[in-house]
Formats: sequence, structure tokens, C-alpha cells
Amino acid sequence: MARVEGVLTVEEVMKCPGWPGDNFIEKKRVAILECVEDIPCNPCEEICPVGAIKVGSPITNLPVIDGEKCTGCNKCIAICPGLAIFVVDKNHSQRFSSISLPYELLPLPKKGDRVEGLDRSGKSICRAQVEKVVALEKNDKTVIVTIIVEKEFCHDVRSIHIP
Amino acid sequence: MNEYDTELAIIGAGPAGLCAAIEAARLGVRTTIIDENARPGGQLFKQIHKFFGSYRHHAGIRGFTIGKQLLDEIENLGVEVMLNTTAFGFFDDGLIGIYGSGDVLPLRAARTVIATGAIEKPLNFKGWTLPGVMGAGAVQTMINVHGVLPGTRVLMVGSGNVGLIVSYQLIQAGAEVVALVEALPEVSGWHVHAGKVCRLGVPILLSHTIEQATGQDYVEGAIVSKVDRNFNAIAGTQKNIDVDLICVAVGLRPLIELASLANCRMEYISGLGGFLPLHDEYMRSSNEKIYVAGDITGIEEASTAMEEGKLAGISVARDVGKLTQETHNMMSRVIHNNLYELRLGSFGDERRRCKEAIIAKNAGRHVP
Repeated sequence: MARVEGVLTVEEVMKCPGWPGDNFIEKKRVAILECVEDIPCNPCEEICPVGAIKVGSPITNLPVIDGEKCTGCNKCIAICPGLAIFVVDKNHSQRFSSISLPYELLPLPKKGDRVEGLDRSGKSICRAQVEKVVALEKNDKTVIVTIIVEKEFCHDVRSIHIP
Repeated sequence: MNEYDTELAIIGAGPAGLCAAIEAARLGVRTTIIDENARPGGQLFKQIHKFFGSYRHHAGIRGFTIGKQLLDEIENLGVEVMLNTTAFGFFDDGLIGIYGSGDVLPLRAARTVIATGAIEKPLNFKGWTLPGVMGAGAVQTMINVHGVLPGTRVLMVGSGNVGLIVSYQLIQAGAEVVALVEALPEVSGWHVHAGKVCRLGVPILLSHTIEQATGQDYVEGAIVSKVDRNFNAIAGTQKNIDVDLICVAVGLRPLIELASLANCRMEYISGLGGFLPLHDEYMRSSNEKIYVAGDITGIEEASTAMEEGKLAGISVARDVGKLTQETHNMMSRVIHNNLYELRLGSFGDERRRCKEAIIAKNAGRHVP
């Protein structure tokens, strides 16, 4: 599976400038911008409160993430019209990673729910537990769901299924 | 100017028409909008997803919210909006024939902006007239405007942005999108839209087409098959899929009939969806009193339609003496820059080249 089929591979994600690099992934909670096409769009750059996302000019530049500056605040997740931004804390605990993702389906999951972790092709690949569900008015119905998964799945899980 | 009923008549209250009206009315142009629908807004109120583009211009805001903002402005500016009213013809001296509330009326306007938008292209296959075969626009109207789910198991035909977005919206509405077929060997819309439906488990079948809708009185299934490089079905690859809705999203063409009645010069531009009225860089057609804006001038996004509408609006204001040439130049430079930005990148490239060719052709060739 690859971009032309609608599904990015992890390798494709790691090659795009929205990938903060292993260094920061290991160290902190950080945004991953899975934005691989030169479409004219820049709200992520404007919303970032610490200037960690750079699109610049022309507006079709792919967003570049500065892992150093990123605080993992989640603001970019809900503003991205492509729902292509995820915030990952790989070393959330010894065994688990946390993934914050945009969610726009009903019913919403609840904190503590046990759900399935879906990969970019929608395949259920692991169990996940919902840690946090944040529905802010200013995010205009894009809810940010944070889940906990076993570390080995932190770069593959990008959606959830509520059984 | 007294002989005119209005200084500016705008036909079509979609994103282009509304933005033309707002710019013109703000500059003091007496403006009337005509729309055949019961509600203004065009396709904006079906667009429940967040828009792309520049943060300064509506990006990250949902389409229907933008629609609401535009309608509020229209109301505040006191623009006359004639709904359930159809413009059916153009006559001499800016006379437009309109039909509404059971009456045929003449409306005389100093300038007209035709912003009639686009219409979906159909796809013919065996069984395509069965209830349950629908265009993506109709599906969107049902689920997003009326809250009615037209099917529970869906086959989507076409992987352009419309097919991908409507697939996602069908899932949001509670349907299952069983498969999406695309005749090309790759997804034709933006990856981000494809990514959204893929991670919800929708299989995208590339190099596949629909052969037949099956069922006696309504859709009960679909037969899809693999196609070769020339888009011919490959024998033996037929598959039955159990669906009750087949949604067709295979592109749009400009809705040019009115502009054609107004004798606007037309040309076939395949990169923009078909025949369309030629226009200059300020959206003026070959008829100097008629402007065109939005999808009628080529299939693009709502965001480009809004900018083109603004351009037409300020140009009409200049024509009727409400804006100096100098200020017009300044304002149009900003809009041109926005349009340029919106057409950047590999998805906008061809559209931009086509637009530049159109403008080069039409420059300085107004028919008085």
C-alpha cells in the first residue's frame, strides 16, 4: 500500500518534512504531520502557538515540524482540514505509547473505553484504551481522542474502532 | 441609470454569486440575487467538512459555516434575494427574463454576473436508472441538508475529491461504504481525503469500474470489474457486491446554458470540465455587460469561486462608477494573488494554465 492507493506507508510518512525525526520521537510528546502533497493550505502554521510548524511561501510547501519547539499541545490536530496530524508520545510509559488523533464520528468514545486500534488501511491491528476525549467548541466538532497502545504500534495506529 | 430595475443582477446564490454580491453591495452597487432554489448558499450548506486553503481565507472552517457568514453579510448589506426564481433568458439592453411565484417578469440590470455553477456528469451503465443509483450531489443534499440516509451499504464510483469526501460523509451519517471503485490506476483526489476513508476501512479498488446495477425495482447490488489500460473490462474479473446505494462521483461540467443564451463566447477546455464562457482577468465575458464567476468558468473549488465572485463584484462597481480605476486595481491585485495561491501545486497547475490561456484569448476582445 502506498500514497497512490490512498494509504501511506510508515516509510512515506518518515520521509515527509512533517516527521519530527526519531530523536524527538524518543524524547517527547510531538506532532507528526502526515501531509505529503503540495496542496495550498496553511492553517497548521498559523495555529501553532510556538512557531513549530512552518509552511511559508509558496503556500503549497509541505509543513515542516520543528521537533525541538513542538510542545505536543494538540492544537494543530483539529485545525487540519485533512485530518492528517497526530500527536504521539512514544515513551508515554515503559510499555505504552499515547496517540492523539482527530475523530469526527458518533458515538464518541469515552475515557477508559477499550477499543481497536486501526492502521492507515483501516485494519484492526491492536487493542487500545481511550485515555482522553476532548471536545472543544473552538475545534468545531473535531474531537481529539487520545489512546494508549503498546509501543510497537505507535506509528501504525491512526484511527479507532469502537466495538 | 433609472431605466434599470437594479444595477447588478446576480444569477446564482452560491459561493461565487454571494461573494460578488457582498463586494458590489459594500461598494454601494444596488444588487439583486436570483436563485432557483428555496434557500441561498448553493453547495456550501452541503459542505460539512473543513475547507483547505489559506488561514486568512476561511481555511479550517466548515463549508456550511462559511455559507452562514456569507448570508449574514448579504442580509446586513440589504441585498435583495429572489428565491424560487429562475432566470430563463437574456434579451437586449440587459433585460433578463425571470420566472418566480407563477409569474414571468422582466428584470433590467445594468450589469449581470452569471454564477450558475456546475452540474454533475452522469455515468451510463446497465441498470443506471434504478432507484438507488444517485449522483454524489444528491446524496450530499440528503445526508447533510435533510438528514436522510439514502442507503446503508454503499458503492462509491470515483476517487476524486467529491467521491472521497462524500464517502467520508456517508460514514459520518451512519452508512457503510463497502467499496470505492476508480477506473484509473491511482487515486485521483487528494491523499488526505483518501487517507480519511482508508483508515476507516473503505477498500479503494483501483483500475475497477461498475458494470451493472442489479435489482428488480431498486438497487440490490452492483457488479464491478477490473479494467485494462484502455478502461475496458477484463473478462472473468466480475465481482458481485451487495449494496443498496450506488453513488456516482465522476466529475462536473460548467452550467453554461444561460451564458450561452447571452451570447457569451464559449470554448471547450477539457482541463476545466468542458464548454465554458471565455472571460478576461476581471471575469468579464465576451459580452461587456455580463460577468461570469465560479464553476461556470471551470470546475474548481468553492474557495476559488469566492475569489472570482469578489473580482466580478468589484469590477461591476467600477463599471457603474462606484469605484475608481485606481482602487479597483489595488483590490484586484489582492484577489489575483489569492487566486494564484489557490491554484498552486500539482493539483492546481493545469487549472492555472487553462485559466491563463482563457484570459490571454479573451483579452481586449469585447463585443460591444
